[in-house]
Amino acid sequence: MNEILRVNLLSPIALAFVLGVVARVIRSEFSLPKEIYQGLSIYLLWSLGLQGGVELAHATFDEIARPAVVTLLIGCITPISAYLTLRYFGRFGEADSAGIAAHYGSVSAVTFIAASTFVKGMGAEPEGFMPTLLTLLESPGIHIALAIGVMRSGSKTRPTSELLHEVFTGRTMVLLVGGLIVGFLIGEKNWSTIEPFYDTKGAIFRGALCLFMLEMGLLAGARLGDLKKVGPFLLAFGMIMPLVHGALGAWLGSLAGLSVGGATMLAAMAASASYIAAPPAVRMTLPDANPTYYLTLSLAITFPFNVLVGIPIYFKLAQMTQGVP
Amino acid sequence: MNSTPLKMVVIVAEPVLETRLVTELRGLGATGFSILEGRGEGTRHSHATDVPGSNVRIETIVSDEVADLIMAHVSEHYFANYSFMAYVTDVAVARGAKYV
Repeated sequence: MNEILRVNLLSPIALAFVLGVVARVIRSEFSLPKEIYQGLSIYLLWSLGLQGGVELAHATFDEIARPAVVTLLIGCITPISAYLTLRYFGRFGEADSAGIAAHYGSVSAVTFIAASTFVKGMGAEPEGFMPTLLTLLESPGIHIALAIGVMRSGSKTRPTSELLHEVFTGRTMVLLVGGLIVGFLIGEKNWSTIEPFYDTKGAIFRGALCLFMLEMGLLAGARLGDLKKVGPFLLAFGMIMPLVHGALGAWLGSLAGLSVGGATMLAAMAASASYIAAPPAVRMTLPDANPTYYLTLSLAITFPFNVLVGIPIYFKLAQMTQGVP
Repeated sequence: MNSTPLKMVVIVAEPVLETRLVTELRGLGATGFSILEGRGEGTRHSHATDVPGSNVRIETIVSDEVADLIMAHVSEHYFANYSFMAYVTDVAVARGAKYV
């Protein structure tokens, strides 16, 4: 286990993230231009979707059916477990509990990409249809948590259609689902012409991910000062909840027949907290939830936790569940 | 050149509110608006505006009645929970008929 952790901590992705945090802590003037950050995130998501689509074309219905069902199940469990923990153990208000739960119910695509890069590096090739599972997990969690929040806090609600539109037309969904469809349709021959640029195991993709992680480090570093404001309960929640959800993901993924690599990625998805799709949706729907809580938790606690130590732990859990030495 | 006295309503708000505000302004009778992005900090400090994106400043030139409607609407819906600022100033515009 120590060896796996060491390999992960010394990976270019982890170190780029750490450098970003350090740059912010020492108040460097360095930052990634907004357009480059957005461009990189478009490239990463689009590559993921395209390659996922190409590989989805090879998958049979039987292979994907059980993993898809457990993924949806995870999407229903994680927002509720997060909500109940916050509400009844943490004694947080309805809006804050539901707002934070929406983040833990949804997925961080970058954590997914980091997990994918990690398991491939460990030689545990995941199933090709994992990006399809990512899209399945993206939205139910947000909706379930927001629905709980709106019902129980009596927030002035806005039309459900507006919320659905926002979640389903967000950047992540359009690029991932669009990429899956395009990748599915183009076939191997067309794919081979663009593969060097979009290959998620290739040097270009990994290089872009490193740059992106620098910016993630800056974003997380900027929130370090808020760690004092969130208090010890949320600090612990931001690390223990991912472990619980990750263990659930590794176990259910293995039950559904995923390989060690696939189960690790499902675990990382279950453990991750969204910071792209969820914050605007929560801000609009549950305006009385405190953004300092949910942004600090997902960006400054859970994201670094997963990328630095969580993913290797989920990998180990998946190995143990499947009896791999 | 003749100018018409009208009101300019200026709203500075969190980026997530832009689409909703624009729809509502149209519904309340504004015939047009300008949107600028910017940075800043207020009594909530940075925390409420940290959802990614820049603050938006929405300016719209309207009649006195519409300005009152807009101010009443935003006071009711936004002041409590959002980083939000709204004010009205007198302006004198050319081609006044465009705005009412």
